[in-house]
Amino acid sequence: MAGKMLRASLREISAALKKGHVSSTELCQKCLSLIKTTKFLNAYITVTEDIALKQAQASEERYRQGQPLGDLDGVPVAVKDNFSTAGIETTCASKMLKGYIPPYNATVVQKLLDQGAVLLGKTNLDEFAMGSGSTDGAFGPVRNPWSYSRQYKGKCAPTSCAQPEDASWLITGGSSGGSAAAVSSFTCFAALGSDTGGSTRNPASLCGVVGLKPTYGLISRYGLIPLVNSMDVPGILTRCVDDAAAMLGVLGGHDPKDSTTVQDPFCPFQLPNLIDMKNFCIGVPKEYSAAGLSSEILAVWSRAADLFEKAGAKVMEVSLPHTAYSIVCYHVLCAADVASNMARFDGLEYGHRSSADQSTEALIAATRREGFNDVVRGRILSGNYFLLKQNYDNYFIKAQKVRRLIATDFAKLFRSGVDILLTPTTLNQAMSYHEFIKEDNRTRSAQDDIFTQAANMAGLPAVSVPSALSGKGLPIGLQFIGRAFHELQLLMVARWFEKQVQFPVLDLEGIMDPLDTVSHQEKSAFFS
Amino acid sequence: MRCLKKLFQRTKITLELLDHLERLALVDFRNWEGVRRLEKAVEFAEQLHAVNTDGVEPMESVLEDRHLYLREDNISEGNHAEELLKKAAKTVEGYFIAPPGNIPLPKVEERNTFLHREDS
Repeated sequence: MAGKMLRASLREISAALKKGHVSSTELCQKCLSLIKTTKFLNAYITVTEDIALKQAQASEERYRQGQPLGDLDGVPVAVKDNFSTAGIETTCASKMLKGYIPPYNATVVQKLLDQGAVLLGKTNLDEFAMGSGSTDGAFGPVRNPWSYSRQYKGKCAPTSCAQPEDASWLITGGSSGGSAAAVSSFTCFAALGSDTGGSTRNPASLCGVVGLKPTYGLISRYGLIPLVNSMDVPGILTRCVDDAAAMLGVLGGHDPKDSTTVQDPFCPFQLPNLIDMKNFCIGVPKEYSAAGLSSEILAVWSRAADLFEKAGAKVMEVSLPHTAYSIVCYHVLCAADVASNMARFDGLEYGHRSSADQSTEALIAATRREGFNDVVRGRILSGNYFLLKQNYDNYFIKAQKVRRLIATDFAKLFRSGVDILLTPTTLNQAMSYHEFIKEDNRTRSAQDDIFTQAANMAGLPAVSVPSALSGKGLPIGLQFIGRAFHELQLLMVARWFEKQVQFPVLDLEGIMDPLDTVSHQEKSAFFS
Repeated sequence: MRCLKKLFQRTKITLELLDHLERLALVDFRNWEGVRRLEKAVEFAEQLHAVNTDGVEPMESVLEDRHLYLREDNISEGNHAEELLKKAAKTVEGYFIAPPGNIPLPKVEERNTFLHREDS
């Protein structure tokens, strides 16, 4: 039964906890045990076993007294290691913050705890969330659970099949790869990621889970260690759209500690069961048939558009002429913000401190030399270059102008009556680690964020939904982009689509066997 | 040094500029690979100039049409000095400890971290 229990959705497990079909402690222990079994995925940087068990016991006591705190009471969750957690090491996968224990909780973490959620641990990422593979962190790369799935192994030749000890395993995408792997491999029911250029949606797509990037300003960033302040949002990773809506309901709303959260009232919502597509207008941006898009993903995308059309939605080709520039625009704006945001790491107040002591400047330089990886140092240096007095207008201001053009493209479409945009999430399915590291971090980010970044430029909500398995047996995700603060509409469409495609459950044959087996769903109705 | 000159000619990156950036960023290039990384980053950014932005205002935030929240100017938190000082590697009597200040980094040629010879 345990395996089935862990494969349940957040809503199902919440109901099971309420009815007493499972206790919070038992559930927590099962998750911790699966985390140990799947340790080779490297999804977690820190597993907070003792704290989690204490939280689970407290939850169990609340259920016994009939006073659970909320729907998440007793539900095991994981948090990306760039959210501050009081008393729990928070590293951003960097030597710079190794051993750093924040004195406070990020607002989103506090909200989860206030609901009674059980925090299992902190998940792996690219150093300071700079990357698209979850391969560039100080604690090593994250492995995609699909590398070990029956679906993938069944499709590849026996010699090239990934085994936990060999080297042909696939990347998760990033930068929230640890969170995506954790949710995908059933070690937790939901996880927090962050999303500045696609860091939640990209790994969600490659790991076959739902990845929601909410509207900028809807969820508090307080305690999220910043990358690009005007684009960062906490992201939500779950195994289905309903669960993403449930998490959003807990996390959304104004936070006095983050002046960039809007003060409009936020109403948590449940998605209706029956959704009629007749009233929706779905836009398919022609610029997203970009060079490099795999023919398989193109086909899935096109079938999805047909599906909406058949259901009575109005589907139309639309144009976002400046989207192609979002990556280069991001390249400059991100580097500029990184140059400024990373200035806080000087070795004096917290984090790594070098032994250099000739002067304060020498100490800071040596600390940063020892603490940051090449990617982070590269972005700090190029950011400083773009911000030089003689370059400021030419690069930084220029990029801010291009940003307005990108945002205006979306605004025009939504004003013209388009409700939701349907696009691919990534160019390709998950590739092997060895293939991935043939290109550098900047090149990979430029390729991998190409469909996701523009939504961050414009602050729009977007969600990646698992849509089909490729010929290799790997997940393909599609992205929906909605109007600002129209998460309900966005997730309604995403949920309708999810029901149509019936994406198969990851089958971790052998790994979850000790827990039990589940009936195999060979192919989704959508894919056949 | 010949390849160095070629690099500088191509990108307008000079030794003085590298020195200036290292001083500003307090991060070093480490090796020529680091310099090439900057060169590629600048080259990539040039694509921006293909976009016509005449008459377009720069966009700083998507919330530009709203007033940001300002809280009342009341103290709501405090007295955490002791806890915060614990996060520092070196403190004395309630102070963070820094080595002597107002000493700039050594000149390029004396900076032992500056572009290691073996990497060039």
